[in-house]
Amino acid sequence: MIDIATTLIHITVMLVMPPLLIGVINKTKAWSAGRQGPPLLQLYYDLLRLFRKDMVLSRTTTWVFRAGPVISVTAVLLAGLLAPFGAFDAPLAFDGDLVLFAYLMGLARFFTASAALDTGSAFEGMGAAREVSFASLAEVALFMAFVVLVRLSGSLSLTPMLHAPMTGAFHGLPAAALLLVGVALFVVLLAENARIPIDDPNTHLELTMIHEVMVLDHSGPLFGLVLYGAAVKLLLFSALLLHFALPFTFGEPLLDWALFAVGLLAVAVAVGVVESAMARLSLRHVPSLLIAASVLCAFGFFFTLA
Amino acid sequence: MTPTIWLDLSVAAIVLTASSGVPGLALGRRSGAAQGLASLLVIVGSLLGALAAVAVLAGAAIETRTLPGPLPELSLHLRLDPLAAFFLVPVYLLGVAGTLYGTRYWKQAEHPENGRGLRLCYGMLIAALAGVVLAADGFAFLMAWELMALSAFFLVTTEDDRAEVQQAGWVYLVAAHAGTLALFALFALLWAVSGTLEFRPMTSSAGTQGATSVLFLLALLGFGLKAGIVPLHFWLPAAHADAPSHVSALLSGVLLKMGIYGLLRIFMLLPAPPPGVGMLMIGIGTVSAVYGVVFALGQHDLKRLLAYHSIENIGIIVMGLGLALIGVSAQQPAWVALGLAGCLLHVWNHALFKALLFLAAGSVIHSAGTREIDRLGGLGKPMARTAALFAIGAVAICGLPPLNGFASELLIYVGLFRVNADGASRLWSAAPLAAPLLAMAGALAVACFVKAYGTVFLGPHRSESAARAHEAPSSMLLAMLLLALPCVAIGLLPALAMPALDRVVLDWIRLDSPPPALSELVPWMPIMGMNAALVGSVLAVLLILRSRSRRRVPAQTVTWDCGYVRPTATMAYTASSFAQLLVGLYGWLLRSRSRDATRTELFPPRQHFHTNVPEQVMDLVLAPLWVSFRRALAPLRALQHGRVQHYLMYVLLTLCTLLALLFPIDELLRRFLGW
Repeated sequence: MIDIATTLIHITVMLVMPPLLIGVINKTKAWSAGRQGPPLLQLYYDLLRLFRKDMVLSRTTTWVFRAGPVISVTAVLLAGLLAPFGAFDAPLAFDGDLVLFAYLMGLARFFTASAALDTGSAFEGMGAAREVSFASLAEVALFMAFVVLVRLSGSLSLTPMLHAPMTGAFHGLPAAALLLVGVALFVVLLAENARIPIDDPNTHLELTMIHEVMVLDHSGPLFGLVLYGAAVKLLLFSALLLHFALPFTFGEPLLDWALFAVGLLAVAVAVGVVESAMARLSLRHVPSLLIAASVLCAFGFFFTLA
Repeated sequence: MTPTIWLDLSVAAIVLTASSGVPGLALGRRSGAAQGLASLLVIVGSLLGALAAVAVLAGAAIETRTLPGPLPELSLHLRLDPLAAFFLVPVYLLGVAGTLYGTRYWKQAEHPENGRGLRLCYGMLIAALAGVVLAADGFAFLMAWELMALSAFFLVTTEDDRAEVQQAGWVYLVAAHAGTLALFALFALLWAVSGTLEFRPMTSSAGTQGATSVLFLLALLGFGLKAGIVPLHFWLPAAHADAPSHVSALLSGVLLKMGIYGLLRIFMLLPAPPPGVGMLMIGIGTVSAVYGVVFALGQHDLKRLLAYHSIENIGIIVMGLGLALIGVSAQQPAWVALGLAGCLLHVWNHALFKALLFLAAGSVIHSAGTREIDRLGGLGKPMARTAALFAIGAVAICGLPPLNGFASELLIYVGLFRVNADGASRLWSAAPLAAPLLAMAGALAVACFVKAYGTVFLGPHRSESAARAHEAPSSMLLAMLLLALPCVAIGLLPALAMPALDRVVLDWIRLDSPPPALSELVPWMPIMGMNAALVGSVLAVLLILRSRSRRRVPAQTVTWDCGYVRPTATMAYTASSFAQLLVGLYGWLLRSRSRDATRTELFPPRQHFHTNVPEQVMDLVLAPLWVSFRRALAPLRALQHGRVQHYLMYVLLTLCTLLALLFPIDELLRRFLGW
């Protein structure tokens, strides 16, 4: 039943495309600010350069520091095998894979934050503390979204669950529930990927960063893995979101893949637009935003009960 | 009479473990031989008991046996069924690990004043735990239960020269006996309703409706106090934190689970509950899970932090139980199987990783001499093995793949989502809302264990004693390894545990249709494949990195602290700072008290900053209640004044009253006066 070609394309897209999304976001931001901006493929060059470089390690660190990025990237990539891309089934789909998806992200978080604490730097401690704190709220929103989707689709696996909007069988309140879930997932995407308004990837003040500050001490290939892992995560969450933003299929694999790729780039543009149009929230307001996302999903759940 | 070989083996195990500390009493205060002998007896006894338990889980027939009791009509019934066998496995495994650990952690030569008593009670506790599980009538159950409570009390108060230990011990004793009181009432009522003290499923008739509700509430009170579900957990953090670490491991790992065992056993006897009961249990479980982890975040004491996590995990276990009960009410065998299996597997898992974490914490305390998280730090270098074992426990307790916590939480999640997917709009439609809260508890557990692991084992040393820390001796490491290996095994190959769970579920369930096998409900094959891929590729990448750094040796330097050349330990983020954001977010619940150090003078002197999170139920409800009770009952104190003559008079008066009550007065009147 496993379609080998689909699986191969899925894995290729997941491995190759992520840095491009970051490039698109940066280009969008530069364009709206009237700048030229870095080349679209900048992150690819950066990664190539980083993997060739030497490493510098802090004397305080232990094996956790080195294992952190490795475990994170692996966990995120494996989670990617569970997420369906566009109209296609995920390479692996089984009952309960949604829990594994979320918990693999949790494993990545555990080791990223531990690696940050391994350096003994106050800045990295701050970043780690913020990451795990906000993630605990983002997790609620994500699982609330899952509850709504499971209820609507009657299925416990990401692939049929996320393909439910594509069937076009939902009208009225259930359709409204799907819309709410889509909005909530966009907030989760921004939070999990450390984008404005939750975190500013371009800030130059360590005191205010979340994700970037956790990896201050990583260098060379380890830093490359960190950047790459972050890009893959962005792609995965965008793919989840696309099931709500573009729930269409042409029935023709080539066109569907093209639609998916264009969709991904559109999400990247949307993230870029948000970043250009908004300032980041102050840290004490971030929880409210994430709780609001959960509340949206809770409304969605009540809609499905009606 | 059918042969009862496995049950006899279990009884032999009880006798061996219970008597393990006795020979030591006759030997010297500093005799290492007594300790060796006691450990040997516990280990041999535990192996025999574990063998019997595994045999029953593997499919041996259920065995029952009647022993003569103290009174003619009170005989003791024992029964070794799959549910009992399932709970026996962690009892014996933790018993062996704890005993092994204790040989170095609580060396007789270093603790001449309490080492012998500790060992006596340790063996006694293991035997009592096994007795509770094997008992098949109310009388035997209560005897074992009381022995368990008392030996645990003496274990908690091992270091009874410390004031906080005395306090923790008394609170524990009061809580334990309040629970026992409820259980006395429970079994008396059960006897009144069903006419026997033996554990036999009640036949549901119209007249027992009210009695069933009372039975349920009494069980919830009595067993809930033992399990430490919120708000009956008030005794737990102090008792578990102030006991020696290998005792904490046993208390947290298996003693709490006896509350869960009791609930499971009682639900086997009661008729099928209405759906509200299952929903109530899910609610209690969710509250406990979130409450436990939030309070754990606020702790500064490593062992108290672990103790609060026990409340969280008991909550998760109770959620599974609630799900199973909803399944019983709704006649959905799949929900029962998933909920019960999640509950039971989490009982095993929590026993394993929590005992592992307590033992690792014990090694830290043994070596660095403090429990204060903020005074530790950087122990990952001198104690690399302990650190790695603690990391295994930490990842497992957060429920993260590829370790065992994930397997049991997955069962509960799948069950909750299944209620969501299968159910029409009914009372239980709200049950799936527990899933996001369970996810939140999981994410908060990640925060809490990143805090604990990161502050204790990573970063710089925060104190002199942390800098002088050394690796734990090999017997202590071996004990931890004994617990870590099953964590990894159940995590990587969860399908191996399913046959045992299937057997318990089949025995517990009382539905018209048999439950589906667990391997049909949760697809373990892809999960095991993912686990293998995860471990394999992480190891592969790490090997590549390692061979690369051999060719191109990484430069070593100081941590980048925005240009500081000599960062010090005081600049590193502390555990309190790490948790501050979340403690603030849950401030409405935690009510953290802090003595702030605001600087007012131009040249401020040395400042101190102090925060603590009070135990809410204890400090805000029970302590004031206690004080007012004492005031109300103060007049009765006049009766107790220390004069022996008066006490003797009380005894005489009581005796006369009792005799007068027993006196056959009507017969007397009839016979002599002819009335």
